[in-house]
Amino acid sequence: MAKRTPLYEAHVADGAKLVDFAGWEMPIDYGSQIAEHKAVRESVGMFDVSHMAVVDISGAAAREFLRWLLANDVAKIDDAGRALYTCMLNTRGGVIDDLIVYHLSSDLYRIVVNAATTEKDLAWIKSQARDYDVAIDHRQDMAIIAVQGPRGRDMAAELLDEAFRQAALQLKPFQVAVENDRSVGRTGYTGEDGFELVLPAEEAVTAWKSLRDKGVAPIGLGARDTLRLEAGLNLYGQDMDEERTPLESGLAWTVAFKPEERDFVGRAALEHLRAEGVGQKLVGLVLEGRGVMRHETAVRAADSDVEEEHAEGEITSGSYAPTLSRSIALARVPVDWEDSVEVCLRGKWQPARIVRYPFVRNGKSRIDD
Amino acid sequence: MSEVPKDLSYTKTHEWIDYDGDGTCTVGITDYAQSSLGDLVFVELPEAGTKVGAGDAVAVVESVKAASDIYAPLDGEIAEINEQLEDSPELVNEDPFGEGWLFKMNVSDPDSVEKLLDADAYEGIVEEEED
Repeated sequence: MAKRTPLYEAHVADGAKLVDFAGWEMPIDYGSQIAEHKAVRESVGMFDVSHMAVVDISGAAAREFLRWLLANDVAKIDDAGRALYTCMLNTRGGVIDDLIVYHLSSDLYRIVVNAATTEKDLAWIKSQARDYDVAIDHRQDMAIIAVQGPRGRDMAAELLDEAFRQAALQLKPFQVAVENDRSVGRTGYTGEDGFELVLPAEEAVTAWKSLRDKGVAPIGLGARDTLRLEAGLNLYGQDMDEERTPLESGLAWTVAFKPEERDFVGRAALEHLRAEGVGQKLVGLVLEGRGVMRHETAVRAADSDVEEEHAEGEITSGSYAPTLSRSIALARVPVDWEDSVEVCLRGKWQPARIVRYPFVRNGKSRIDD
Repeated sequence: MSEVPKDLSYTKTHEWIDYDGDGTCTVGITDYAQSSLGDLVFVELPEAGTKVGAGDAVAVVESVKAASDIYAPLDGEIAEINEQLEDSPELVNEDPFGEGWLFKMNVSDPDSVEKLLDADAYEGIVEEEED
């Protein structure tokens, strides 16, 4: 039996096409993925991301525990009201999951983890917490609504009472406001401004309908994927996994090696890899011609003639980018590859170009034609 | 529920065929096919004059989600392609039985049109796939 969020009925009423996503029955689109994508880039859209798990970690040792558990350093967010993107690693340095940690109050942190990895994450977090005086609370009573786009914050703020609204509207990127267990983070997964609201499940339908009445379009997981790809944001399970370290996944910037004296799960493995030299990197690709690069498409050097099955590079996430009207991708390739490559589309090698990502930021292309 | 016009013929691979009774037919993909594919972003069509056999992959429609081959429904020769689709592939989503047609072909054997599916038979296929 597929799991459903509190907003399932609202999705059906809006004509959503529903698909199974990690055991959850979720909207892939409400008619046109491209129209939804553009709504977020140009105006505002809202996402039901209640399938993701909210986990509150509290207690006197919460900070110390998270400094051990996470590859980024929560000491960077010692002021309550700040948030941090980080990976959670295994001892080999592989990525168990990526997540945002919100520092809500002195001894209380809230993390939001991926739906597909929730059970695995919880088991891992509990196993690592044995020697720490912390409480780990999977908040299945909470729902998450992300309101994203240039008009996202103003729209979402209208749901909040006066004091909370004022606090929310003053947030800088990667800050969070909290009131009675509800949190509003100026975070997201689209490359646009916006809020992610964590609220009690029984309030989700009212909030959603209220946003709907204000003209906020519901956005499915299809557009969520093209939005995050244009924004150059990794997707767990495709662009990173337990077999790859953050150093090979474009996420070295999220690993806090300093201060030296902080140990964290995976640190020794990452230091070893760094000393040895990393063999592969994640790059952005833009397809020169027509067609669409997709997950697992083969990539080879431009001057190479290797067959598809022996290609040294591979697309981890690829799609059509509605903002750019062409195909873009993230690909894992040997570290010395630069500039031009070829990708195998339906049996034919086509030219593509290595570019710096994000591809799109705040509605604007960052790629030269 | 997807639309299945009564006056057209169909294939089990979701092409529709409008035969003019005079040796040429117009080919497109059905409403069900465009809806399953989602927003189309590229359409790759054969050149006019290409000889094709029934069942040959002659065109590709690519959506945000997936690429899909389009098959020649009958033996013959490509007579004309819908050049509007190069810049406006979304016409296939918006009007699959009209502005979104893919190509016209000259049919080698007019009797072969009789072997195509009628609307009722095609509706049965769609109902099965939708379950």
